[in-house]
Amino acid sequence: MNWDWSAVADFMPRFWDGVLITLQILALGSLISFTLGLVWAIGFRAPTRFIRWPVNVVTEFIRTTPLLVQLFFLYFVLPEWGVQFSALTTGTLAIGLHYSTYTAQVYRAGIEAVPAGQWEAAKALSLPAHRTWFAVILPQAFRRITPALGNYVIAMLKDTPLVAAIGVLEMLQQSRLESAATFQYTEPLTVIGIAFILIAYPASLLVRTLERRLVR
Amino acid sequence: MTAGLWQNWVLPGIWITVQLLVYSAALAAAVAFTVGIARTHSSRFVRFLAGFYTEIFRGTSALILMFWLFFVLPPLLGWQLVPMWAAVLALGLSYGAYGAEIVRGALNSVAPAQREAGVALSFTPWQRMRLILLPQAVPEMMPSFCNLLVELLKGTALVSLLGVGDVSFAAYLVRLATQESAQIYTISLVIYFVLAFGITRSMKALEKKTKRNIGVAVSGGGAK
Repeated sequence: MNWDWSAVADFMPRFWDGVLITLQILALGSLISFTLGLVWAIGFRAPTRFIRWPVNVVTEFIRTTPLLVQLFFLYFVLPEWGVQFSALTTGTLAIGLHYSTYTAQVYRAGIEAVPAGQWEAAKALSLPAHRTWFAVILPQAFRRITPALGNYVIAMLKDTPLVAAIGVLEMLQQSRLESAATFQYTEPLTVIGIAFILIAYPASLLVRTLERRLVR
Repeated sequence: MTAGLWQNWVLPGIWITVQLLVYSAALAAAVAFTVGIARTHSSRFVRFLAGFYTEIFRGTSALILMFWLFFVLPPLLGWQLVPMWAAVLALGLSYGAYGAEIVRGALNSVAPAQREAGVALSFTPWQRMRLILLPQAVPEMMPSFCNLLVELLKGTALVSLLGVGDVSFAAYLVRLATQESAQIYTISLVIYFVLAFGITRSMKALEKKTKRNIGVAVSGGGAK
């Protein structure tokens, strides 16, 4: 074994840059997936099947196809259609879009768990649709779904290295640049591998605690 | 896209993706059952080891694990893994860790009285596992395994970054050759979708079969 601590020290500036970008993708990606997922979830319950059916098909398609291919699709095809985004924006969009189809399923389950009487009560009070959703149903659903959403944020974190494939300077890409410059492969890759565990494990403990507190 | 591109790259790509899926699913299943059963073991040490494995492999990213096995392990050990096997190892080990949680959950959901009945009949722990617990837990695992298998299929796309010629890699080559991104990437997404559809269908059939074997009514249409 030939572990070199000075290579670790040399990698540190790049490493922190990468961590910042990774966290930025994670934050914006979560925001996109939480909002878009809610849109899908409300679409699942639309009154007409001309909305329900396409929403189901589209989300199912996005959910069962690889994020990596979707990433390339957006990165190479959007410019052909005249939409030019930076690699970072494309990567964040792809991750947000992909995970929105997961959060949509979480919202769906959370919404279905709200007792039918709540819908009926809202109807009896003749609340308008947006009041029914935002004042009655969603506040009750959110409690149950927070832990599940947390799990998907962790899953998203572990998928952020994929955007290195289109050259975004997140943790993996920084380690590749470092290796290309110094021919040291062991240290940078091991450092980021451990970094992921150090972020993901406490996060999953936190989600488990939330689960015990909120769900029941 | 011309017929040549299709025959030389895309079709072999599909075949490689299917191979990757089968090998890594086999490895993942072996890992999942070993580690999952170990997590219900009576010895605290065995439980700790299995739990440690799960947390490590679920904690890191599959792509980084794959790169690590491919670039870091060789200088450490002095031998090089073929990209295909580095990929199978990475996918099998990390998805196996997710599978272990499914196995553990299903084993824990078997009614405690079933285990006690096994004790009362003075079965050995292994007999209890093989004859009582697993047959009841396996049908319980099927829906989650189905999801995991679809996740694994999507995970196989990562191997294209190691230069393994799977569907995603073929798409990349075809894009370089034709400069028509929309077409080839749409086609490859559809290929993955069809493969995933095949997986869900066969897992549904398998779930029915395993349920019927232990005499549990099969619920229709995913209702609980």
